[in-house]
Amino acid sequence: MDASVRSAKSANDSAGHALELRNLSKEYRAGIQVLKNISLKFAGRGIAAIIGPSGTGKSTLIRCINRLTDPTSGEILFMGTDLAQLKGRRLREARRKIGMVFQEYNLVERLSVIENVLCGRLGYLPAWRAWLRRFPAKDIERAFSLLDSVGLGDFANERADRLSGGQRQRVGIARALMQDPNLVLADEPTSSLDPKTSVEIMELIARQAAAQGIPVIVNIHNVELAKRYADRVIGMSKGEVVFDGPPKALEHSHLLQIYGGEGWLE
Amino acid sequence: MTAAASALPRRWHRFSLSERILRSCFYLLAAVAVIWSIKTIEIIPEFLQDAPAQTADLFARMWPIDWSWYKSGVHAALIETLHTATLGTILAVLLASLVALLAARNVTRSVILNTIARFILVATRSVHAMVWALFFVAVFGPGALAGTLAIAVHSIGFTGKLLSEAIEEAKTGPIEALTAAGATKLSILAKGYWPQVKPAFLGVAIFRWDINIRESAVLGLVGGGGLGMALEAALENLYWDRVGLVLIIIFGIVIAAEILTTWLRSRII
Amino acid sequence: MAGVSDVPAPSPARRAFPPNWPLRIGLVALALYVFYASSILNITWARFVEGFGHGGRFLSRMFPPNFAADKLALLYSGMFESLQIAILATVFGILFSVPLGLAAARNLSFAPLAWFTRGLIALLRSFHPVILAILFVKAVGFGALAGVLALIVASMGFLSKLIAEAAEEISMKQMEAIRATGAPFLSVLVIAVAPQIMPRFIGFSAYQLDSNLRNSALVGLVGGGGIGATLFTAFQRFDYDFVLTIVLAIIFTVTVGEILSGWMRRLFQ
Repeated sequence: MDASVRSAKSANDSAGHALELRNLSKEYRAGIQVLKNISLKFAGRGIAAIIGPSGTGKSTLIRCINRLTDPTSGEILFMGTDLAQLKGRRLREARRKIGMVFQEYNLVERLSVIENVLCGRLGYLPAWRAWLRRFPAKDIERAFSLLDSVGLGDFANERADRLSGGQRQRVGIARALMQDPNLVLADEPTSSLDPKTSVEIMELIARQAAAQGIPVIVNIHNVELAKRYADRVIGMSKGEVVFDGPPKALEHSHLLQIYGGEGWLE
Repeated sequence: MTAAASALPRRWHRFSLSERILRSCFYLLAAVAVIWSIKTIEIIPEFLQDAPAQTADLFARMWPIDWSWYKSGVHAALIETLHTATLGTILAVLLASLVALLAARNVTRSVILNTIARFILVATRSVHAMVWALFFVAVFGPGALAGTLAIAVHSIGFTGKLLSEAIEEAKTGPIEALTAAGATKLSILAKGYWPQVKPAFLGVAIFRWDINIRESAVLGLVGGGGLGMALEAALENLYWDRVGLVLIIIFGIVIAAEILTTWLRSRII
Repeated sequence: MAGVSDVPAPSPARRAFPPNWPLRIGLVALALYVFYASSILNITWARFVEGFGHGGRFLSRMFPPNFAADKLALLYSGMFESLQIAILATVFGILFSVPLGLAAARNLSFAPLAWFTRGLIALLRSFHPVILAILFVKAVGFGALAGVLALIVASMGFLSKLIAEAAEEISMKQMEAIRATGAPFLSVLVIAVAPQIMPRFIGFSAYQLDSNLRNSALVGLVGGGGIGATLFTAFQRFDYDFVLTIVLAIIFTVTVGEILSGWMRRLFQ
């Protein structure tokens, strides 16, 4: 918990890392590798931003971590187990500790905001209680306070499809935090939002991550946002990590290497 | 501090109080209805115990299927069923078009006529084709004529309802233009409404034909001609191997009709 | 002339359009078919006219409808049995259709199970309720139970196909997000799938209740109990005034049922 753990430099060699990827590879079609032997360690705190052009495997990488996509080979070490080997109940138990924020929010549109936040506890409830919406009182209380902290306290009973994009993403973040996770994955959380809302959402993620001491891995298109909020930037190109270091160390030449041109300027 | 606020646990309910009361009433009513039905419906336990043996017996008797009966007993009935369904559908579409025009409030501006037409639509639909067949058999005697009329009359409700909805949804622009041009009522129908309702009209006709193939296959059980007559003959004499044959033929034409109508609809609409 | 077709001319609009040859040829072909099919089905004008004579006598024997006390007692017992058949068939039909429909949805199930279930549903759907009733009468004997079982199977064919179609159209993203929280599969179904298909599901279920109410009059014709049995007996005894009473009662019940199911739909949406 000391300050040195938070610094990006010591993150890679810190013994208390939250997640370690070893030689992770993914092929959607045989012979075409989307991820090529990725090995990374993530610290127990701080935001790691993965940048890179679209189609470079950023999303695949993040989705491999909680196995929404199955890696072809490699290890995913999280809380002392290799997630790549897990199936069924053990996999679900591991997923309970990994929150995820999606590009298109992926809220259940026809449920209320508070129900969407409470979805974060589904891994701990039997299905019949989920069906009858019998959530424990302390979960309901926590859902309300999380909604307050993302600034949507008054929207608890609105239906999710009535919210704006930025509001939906706030609900998405509250749902991820509701899991009381040891790691949050954010897959392009700002790509469907306008620039101003994007900043607000990144601000919220950074604030919550710092306040609750949860490490965050975020895929992000926007290099400026990555530099501004991340403690560590990982640059990917064609399925490989080509840069890994603090935002300050990221130079123009690196960006040229990552994006292969001036495309990152948008 | 917010301690005071958080000490009061916030309650959350999925539904408002009135919604909860209404829903509870519905569930209670449904439960009472089911329990009442189960308790009072007549079920004879001996029959139920016997059921697995009877079912096994049923299939054992059906096998092997009596294919040789097709030529002498089924083929003509099959042709009759196909014609009954088709002719019945054509007649139904004609009759339904007239009723639909009377039921459509934008074409017929008379509440009395609208209401009468709507009653015809509801009444023809509520009484099943088989029941209509009983009527027509009593009037015209057994045979395909009764079956065809039963199919036609029963289909009026369904076809007419969909057609009148399509007519009511027609855009008013072209109609007003024709009316302004002094066109006769008939040419307003032909040139104003017809192009707009044509896709719905063909779609409904094809859909109904598919349903009528299924219906006409059983009408013979009450004397309406077609495959049902063959089925009835086989059932009367307990020739289960022939029953099996008719069932397979019905299954075949139903599947064929479904494939054909799916293809037709994808081409026309 | 063709040049002015966009602008309605003051002359009759009909002339502004070129003759529609495909339509004309189609109509001629249709007319030829009607003559051909009528001759195959032995439908002649003479029979028609003869029938109308019968029809007159038939109708005069139907009026006025018979409301004698003993007949009304028969009517009530038959109608209540039909209602029970419809309620049980709908409730159990829904209960069995949900798992069957979800198993047939290619995005929720795995391929072999989905294909097997789709085949099963196609088989269930292709048999008319009357044919199912005949088979169940053989299996469990005459009476309401056979009717209930026949309509349960018929409901399953209809509902599970629609549930499968609705489930295949849901947004997989919502489901994925719930899966990512570590929720068990059943919770994913309950939280992410159910809300997405619920509005349509309620629509089909309400429709199925209407449909079972209509069909419960049908299964009785072949021994499946309910008002259909009462109706069939009345026909066989030439009790035509009572037949009319029964038919009016069926129309009334079906109409009330449609209104009630409309309310149910509104309550849950």
